Amino acid sequence: MSDLFNVSSSPHVRSKDTSSRIMFYVVLALLPTTAFGIYNFGYRALILILVTIASCVATEWIFEKIVHKKSTINDFSAVVTGLLLALNLPPTLPWWEAVIGGVFAIAIVKMMFGGLGQNFMNPALGARCFLLIAFAADMTKFAIDDYTGATPLAAMRNGEAVNAMDMLIGKTAGTIGETSAIAILIGAVILILLGVIDLRIPGTYIVTFVIFLVLFSGHGFDFNYITAQLCGGGLMLGAFFMATDYVTSPITPNGRILFGICLGILTGLFRMFGANAEGVSFAIILSNLLVPMIEKITIPRAFGLVKEAKKHE
Amino acid sequence: MSKYTERLYNGIIKENPTFVLMLGMCPTLAVTTAAMNGLGMGLSTTLVLVCSNLLISAFRKVIPDGVRMPAFIVIVASLVTVVEFLMKAYTPDLATQLGVYIPLIVVNCIILGRAESYASKNPVLPSIFDGIGMGLGFTFGLTCIGIIREILGAGQIFGVQILSLEWFTPITIFVMAPGAFLVLAFLVAVMNIVREKMEAKGKPLAAPSGCLTGDCAHCGQSAMCTGKKSE
Repeated sequence: MSDLFNVSSSPHVRSKDTSSRIMFYVVLALLPTTAFGIYNFGYRALILILVTIASCVATEWIFEKIVHKKSTINDFSAVVTGLLLALNLPPTLPWWEAVIGGVFAIAIVKMMFGGLGQNFMNPALGARCFLLIAFAADMTKFAIDDYTGATPLAAMRNGEAVNAMDMLIGKTAGTIGETSAIAILIGAVILILLGVIDLRIPGTYIVTFVIFLVLFSGHGFDFNYITAQLCGGGLMLGAFFMATDYVTSPITPNGRILFGICLGILTGLFRMFGANAEGVSFAIILSNLLVPMIEKITIPRAFGLVKEAKKHE
Repeated sequence: MSKYTERLYNGIIKENPTFVLMLGMCPTLAVTTAAMNGLGMGLSTTLVLVCSNLLISAFRKVIPDGVRMPAFIVIVASLVTVVEFLMKAYTPDLATQLGVYIPLIVVNCIILGRAESYASKNPVLPSIFDGIGMGLGFTFGLTCIGIIREILGAGQIFGVQILSLEWFTPITIFVMAPGAFLVLAFLVAVMNIVREKMEAKGKPLAAPSGCLTGDCAHCGQSAMCTGKKSE
């Protein structure tokens, strides 16, 4: 009872949410996607996921040992980074390249800038883009077991027809975690129900992207084509799990909408007019860089504050 | 330490143009895709730097203060033209590799920086050693960056394959532009650690700037300097 009469300075009411709790929710929401990836691509996907997570956690631990800082591996954020990075890798990637990706994500993108909460760019996607440039051949090799052809996005780019139903379920070639739109949506529903993310960023992202497709793809309002574009590549995974990263997305409500619009336009530009079939990761890390500016112009007006009248000369 | 070896030490370690002064960043980032390119760029810059320091120091009492910049540029540009023709004649491959960055030595900050802050105020012989020191420091920096980028990006050193491609996958990002920034940043960090250790041991390392003497009244950068002492 004595707690009730505790006299202290504010804050008096604290949320139960902690970093580790939220990270745990994210891992939970990623489980369907992870499970489907392992089911779809077999044991190699499992090994790659474990190696990447281990590499991220180990890097964080070693880095903090070297610079004599308190270890933060208990907040699960390195696990989330590792898992997200692994889900963004093709299942045939050599394991040591995945290790380099993990080290890059944690040591360079995250810890060099001050650790969790200070990184200006999503660590998992920063590392994915690094690997994409560093090991271009291995990162775009998606042939495994039954899947011998190109990814659906690459096929669509070449004007071939794709089966949107397969892409919804996930029976296609691609990175470990991006293929099944349904599994990702299950995870997204979990995150939204738990209140971890709100719909502003993914919602505006997807709507803007669809509008961009209708206007510029040359297919008009072709339902099949739009569904395939939405389910193909990393768009779903990116929209719900990576664009919504707390550290690298705006905190202002209007800023989130603006952020989503930026993402949609950039992804559309990269996919329609860029050199590659896919552009989600580059769109997200590019928009991450815009976040400070977006936040600056979307600061909400404080209650009761009157706009300063323009000075007359 | 004599005045001359002090200039060499100053250029290579204390005020290394690449890692401490951060001068001449364009060639540093652009041409260091291979160790040979870095070495070639560094040595040609050294040659120009030594000659320009010599000439500017020799003419320092003749050049009027108001037109010293155009005068320096004319001297440096003539020297660069000579070096460019020499390289085209004797090392045509390297000249093709370095391309536009050879003529761009004219506007290299290191050369104008040394002319302005050292050669135009000091006698000929120390100026020559200053040029050698700074040039070697620049060569050292560029070659280091080049070696690291070449090993990681192609598995080679000076064009010799040392990591067999049978088991080594070149990390191609290191021979592209982002790799230059990454490697430079890491080497600057290493250099800062080394300098910190040296300072802890009591070796003299003044702040890397033109303000070594503290004589603001006679400093060339006095007009733009923000940390100027009140006179």
